[in-house]
Amino acid sequence: MTEPSLNNDELTRQEIREFIERAIRENRVMLFMKGTPDQPRCGFSARVAAILSGLGVRYAAMDILPDPRIREELSALSGWPTIPQLFVDGELIGGCDIVTEMFESGELQELLGVDASANEGDDSARGQRTEPSPPAADTPSGPAARPIPLENNLRDD
Amino acid sequence: MPSVDEIRGRIEAALPGARVTVEDLTGGGDHFRCEIVSDRFRGLSRLERHKLVYAIFGDEIGGPIHALSLKTLAPEEAK
Repeated sequence: MTEPSLNNDELTRQEIREFIERAIRENRVMLFMKGTPDQPRCGFSARVAAILSGLGVRYAAMDILPDPRIREELSALSGWPTIPQLFVDGELIGGCDIVTEMFESGELQELLGVDASANEGDDSARGQRTEPSPPAADTPSGPAARPIPLENNLRDD
Repeated sequence: MPSVDEIRGRIEAALPGARVTVEDLTGGGDHFRCEIVSDRFRGLSRLERHKLVYAIFGDEIGGPIHALSLKTLAPEEAK
């Protein structure tokens, strides 16, 4: 599995970068966060995951904490220093502040193609809660709000 | 550990004429919230505005400054 001509550290860092690039390319809505949507390890990551889950959006999430190089490579790639980072259609949308502002203005719902009217005028959805309301079952707009399990294959098991 | 005054001063130095308010969210000098009104933000997306501010602090973001929560407005957007 190792190629003797390559430096092992370089190879692994390259693999991490390629994994991140593939995750962004292959998942329309891709969230890099601290922890997981079910067990976030940072309030900012928790808020973005809660917004996405509350909108009933199908998204992939990747925990950046298992290896510090994940964050280093991600930030080098995106030019964005902090976590969380949300990508849609391969493009960086922003971190917690931007995602929250876009959610409150309805721009996020528009970008993601979900029904904004479900949240408009509902003050309880505007940052008051820490937990999203459970999405309605079998919403016609899309699949269930369960994040796609994204296997973190960067660690040696 | 940067202070509220230091954060504000550095933003004002980098964005002359900006109106800057900074709040230390935890009192610990590492989680800040800033609202910045600057004509430099005109014509820029939110992403570009935030990157402009993050660039002032470079590697300190995510290091000594654990979190810098931003609200970035052009003058005509400020109420």
